[in-house]
Amino acid sequence: MIALPLPKADVLIRRDAVHAGLRVLLPEGCVITDPTRLKPYETDGLSAYRQMPLAVVLPETTEQVAAVLRFCHENGVRVVPRGAGTSLSGGALPLADAVVIGMMRMNQVIEVNYRDRYAVVRAGVTNLGITGAVEAEGFFYAPDPSSQLACMIGGNIGMNSGGAHCLKYGVTANNVLGVRLVTIEGEILELGGTHLDTAGYDWLGIVIGSEGQLGIATEITVRILRAPEGTRAMLAAFEGNEVAGACVAAIIGSGIIPVALEFMDRPAIHACEAFAHAGYPLDAEAMLIIEVEGSVAEQDWLLGQIKEICAGFNPISLKVSQSAEESAAIWKGRKGAFGAIGRISPDYLCMDGVIPTSTLPMVLRRIGEMSVQYGLQVANIFHAGDGNLHPLIMFDANDPASMHKAEAFGAEILCLCVEVGGCLTGEHGVGVENAI
Amino acid sequence: MIAPDDEAGIAAAICAAVANREPLSVEGLGSKSGFLRPVQTARTLSTCNLTGIPLYAPQELVVSARAGTTLATLEATLAEAGQHLIAEPPDYAFLDAPAQTIGGIVATNLSGPRRIAWGAMRDHLLGMRAVTGRGEVIRSGGRVLKNVTGLDLCKLFAGSYGTLGVMTEVTLKVLPKPEATGTVLLWGLHPEEAVRAMSIALGSPYSVSGAAYLPQEAAMVMGYERPSTIVRVEDFADSVTYRLDRLATLLGRFGTVEILDTAASLSLWRAVRDAEPLPIQPDDAVWRVSVRPSCGTSVLRAGQSAGLFGYLDWGGGLVFLNGPPTGEAHAAVVDAARHANGAWWLLRAPESLRRARDAVPHEAAALAAIRQRVVAAFDPAGILNPGRMFAA
Ligand SMILES: Cc1cc2nc3c(=O)[nH]c(=O)nc-3n(C[C@H](O)[C@H](O)[C@H](O)COP(=O)(O)OP(=O)(O)OC[C@H]3O[C@@H](n4cnc5c(N)ncnc54)[C@H](O)[C@@H]3O)c2cc1C
Repeated sequence: MIALPLPKADVLIRRDAVHAGLRVLLPEGCVITDPTRLKPYETDGLSAYRQMPLAVVLPETTEQVAAVLRFCHENGVRVVPRGAGTSLSGGALPLADAVVIGMMRMNQVIEVNYRDRYAVVRAGVTNLGITGAVEAEGFFYAPDPSSQLACMIGGNIGMNSGGAHCLKYGVTANNVLGVRLVTIEGEILELGGTHLDTAGYDWLGIVIGSEGQLGIATEITVRILRAPEGTRAMLAAFEGNEVAGACVAAIIGSGIIPVALEFMDRPAIHACEAFAHAGYPLDAEAMLIIEVEGSVAEQDWLLGQIKEICAGFNPISLKVSQSAEESAAIWKGRKGAFGAIGRISPDYLCMDGVIPTSTLPMVLRRIGEMSVQYGLQVANIFHAGDGNLHPLIMFDANDPASMHKAEAFGAEILCLCVEVGGCLTGEHGVGVENAI
Repeated sequence: MIAPDDEAGIAAAICAAVANREPLSVEGLGSKSGFLRPVQTARTLSTCNLTGIPLYAPQELVVSARAGTTLATLEATLAEAGQHLIAEPPDYAFLDAPAQTIGGIVATNLSGPRRIAWGAMRDHLLGMRAVTGRGEVIRSGGRVLKNVTGLDLCKLFAGSYGTLGVMTEVTLKVLPKPEATGTVLLWGLHPEEAVRAMSIALGSPYSVSGAAYLPQEAAMVMGYERPSTIVRVEDFADSVTYRLDRLATLLGRFGTVEILDTAASLSLWRAVRDAEPLPIQPDDAVWRVSVRPSCGTSVLRAGQSAGLFGYLDWGGGLVFLNGPPTGEAHAAVVDAARHANGAWWLLRAPESLRRARDAVPHEAAALAAIRQRVVAAFDPAGILNPGRMFAA
């Protein structure tokens, strides 16, 4: 287990005074101090770690956020901003002496401007909620983390989240034009705006991905894009990780950049198929989900080219989705991958390393060896186009030895990622998990 | 001029400058040394001898170049593998030197027409090495396409005009060059109509990667007789043909539509990228303004009323203006940009104007205080390009 920072004793003693102070600043019902109602906030997506906070506040306006931050700053109380609490690295994990600032009540879409292609939303709007607000006009918000139904744009800003389609459309930082940020001193700053390039220093670029350490984002201006005419996915199944990896390199080398290019190994294929019934090839060692977009004719042409490339790598099967339902099922399996693993093993650690794509076969071989050595199962899911690897290490949280082994296994994988030229985290953030 | 050929030499030069309290002008080949505010120092530190491409992995879409590598060299290397820099960095017609370094391009965060569809230089900077104003070598990011480990200093350094540190190496995401490029051209529109047409094109599902408007004077510099609205598509040849056809139908209500082929499109968009449509006189000032697209017309008209020439890129969201370097003209541009809640840069002007006026917008007081703390953290002695971005 990772040791969390020690709570400040002087703050814990002042608990009641802090509660009273917060109640003065916020409307009725926006300050939670009752242990049973605090319980849902004790953890985030890294659920092996739990800690009850000093209090939870649910502000409804930027001014209230500013008032709370000013109060906490003046009284030496730590704060932890929280969106939906889906962070997989413990980014929203409370501290015993901290006030959690939950953003879920700031869930309004303020403005949508199709002519200038932006939307202004409050931090508690969910990622999918933005697309929901603009899809009737054929637009969408591009970054699509698998948690998009739940996670909030404020949390996405915190983590600079990506998704399966970021190979083409980029991550959060590439799709945000402006942020209203409240600093820890309670100052309200306007960063960026509705225009593309900002003059002076790029404060937006620093704030996005800062994991809530520089302030709290309350209002966010995002770019919205017109959706393509259509998209279609195909599945390519291979006899080994090596050939599948080589096929990815060949597709990109050919000049085709599919809008999504996802890789799953055998354990991941089996877990996801059992959950989504998407027709994944159970006889394969490795599978690619490849998605293209455009008109039907453009899709046909691109998929034809990609099939031809795949054919050079001795595929077990190549299957192009024949309908919107089939494509949806293919993505349901992929986007539900973490839940699917959860059905096999209630506890798992999701790692988030990034590697140069050419090292994939070697890295997967080493992970396989480690799996034997630690005696723990692992399933690998990989954003193949951009090298972001998610090994899901399965363990038993009721057995401290198993948990300890899982963490050691995870740490060894991350060392390997760095060793081959990659990095510790591609999209989930440093949080508490990687801050060792 | 000090022009070391390795990073250690850069660090040593900065340490010496700190020890002697002797500020440095930082440059690559000096092509943009006339941009923003003037820097007065006894010595200049140049990255022009830090050359070379230590890493290029086309199948991983990544390239690393030492900061002094020229844009032309880097682009030629990428072209051999059929790839290019995604943000289409400009080679402005009004630069002070014939060549640019990649370090200078990143440090000024200058992007071309494709920015509107595919992002800016700052969006593709995956990693960098730099020497701060303390003489410390720092690394940020890496050589992989995604990385959220720690604060993204790459973004802070892109566009910082050499005021925080001297970048010694940059790692960029690259993409395959499109097989074909095509343009839809509309004649004779007013600025407002043009922006509406571009907005329709950019709001269509046809992946438009450029949208610009040349008013009468700019069109004439390009050899056209009437104002021109141009919309670009880049992709595989069949896709380009199909989408041009669709766009032509979509934009038909704005008048007769002409289609330009790949060769004509490449040269036209290169000119748009490089600010060639501006009728620049030797002593002219040049402004660059970034606003939301529908506000581009008001900035353009304000400039024209003050006797300036200009054109629109980024669907109306980027305004180039040039003309006599007077305080009145500058005030007109700044007012219009401020009115539109946009950003602006005084890219080029005689030293007198650059010394007397701001070259980028003032920040709010709270942000200015943060900026001073950040700059002081990287360059406590104020050694690097003092006063370049903001007056001290
Ligand atoms: C099943 C599952 C799948 C996932 N898939 C992906 C994926 O595909 N790609 C990906 O990138 N991530 C993924 N994640 C991780 C997670 O969903 C993202 O990190 C997400 O952006 C977190 O959003 P949230 O609203 O839950 O934020 P939280 O978890 O509540 O907070 C995340 C961080 O942001 C800070 N924060 C929250 N709100 C604000 C604010 N308003 N201002 C400033 N800081 C704030 C918090 O303090 C914390 O550090 C997944 C998680 C799960 C559980």
